[in-house]
Amino acid sequence: MNRPWILWIPLAVVAFIGGLAIYGLAVPKDDQVHSAMIGKKLPAFALPAATAGVPALSNTDMADGKPRLLNIFASWCLPCKAEAPQLEALKAAGIEIDAIAIRDKPEDVAAFLAEFGNPFRRIGSDSEMLVQLKLGSSGVPETYVIGGDGTILFQHIGDIRAEHVPMLIEKVNAAK
Amino acid sequence: MRAIVPILLTLSTPVIAQGSGPMPPLANRQLVDPAQEAKAMRLMHSLRCIQCQGQSIADSDAAMAGTMRAEVRQQIAAGQKPEAIRGWMIARYGEWVSFEPDMKGAGLLLWLTPLLVLIAGIWLARGLFRRGA
Repeated sequence: MNRPWILWIPLAVVAFIGGLAIYGLAVPKDDQVHSAMIGKKLPAFALPAATAGVPALSNTDMADGKPRLLNIFASWCLPCKAEAPQLEALKAAGIEIDAIAIRDKPEDVAAFLAEFGNPFRRIGSDSEMLVQLKLGSSGVPETYVIGGDGTILFQHIGDIRAEHVPMLIEKVNAAK
Repeated sequence: MRAIVPILLTLSTPVIAQGSGPMPPLANRQLVDPAQEAKAMRLMHSLRCIQCQGQSIADSDAAMAGTMRAEVRQQIAAGQKPEAIRGWMIARYGEWVSFEPDMKGAGLLLWLTPLLVLIAGIWLARGLFRRGA
């Protein structure tokens, strides 16, 4: 055997695969599907009002020069109830919040707002999830930071916890 | 009574988890033109459902998968090419949404690795046979 190093190749391959397995175990898995729309303009949409008494929502409503949050929620979604106090805190900090209700009924949205308060300026009803698809949004709840010109600046996936509130305020203020 | 509770729970959970909006009409209705429907179906089998991540949108019962099927059928009916629709989905959800990795970057490595391994194998075997001869 004039090339003994060749015998080490199979071991090296197995060690590499084993290393990959250990790496895969050690690195925490990210199950979230992030929107690829960050940095792009909001898609064109015009949603009807989700419930009586709160105005409807279109993309042009959010391109009025003022940065704000866009909250994707549903009355049937449990974490959306959990984040209600944080949305109130954001509103109290002077942040304007628009919302899209996913697969919801007007009476359910009304009951939800009656129970948890209404921090929203406008709520559009996306009953067929078509706007959610155009946004690259993967579920409820999600919160986007929208620039004053209607650009999608940031996506927060999952419910807003108390520790996320200062970060969201900062992102909206930074967009001014 | 206690025996019924788990049964009731299994029945109630999906309803609570998905809301109660209508499905877009094209989510579960085939296109009239069979050739277009076949094209849409092929594409739907290679797009990943956002909600139930291991399934294609053709196989999934999730509401989001229904919306994605409707979008695919509607764009196919409008004469859009399947690869352009795949690009439309990727522009919203990233490379992740496609079951067919793109032939660039890490995706290119995925496509080329079997070929490289085969070439390395032939090279190794050639050396062995030559010694045997």
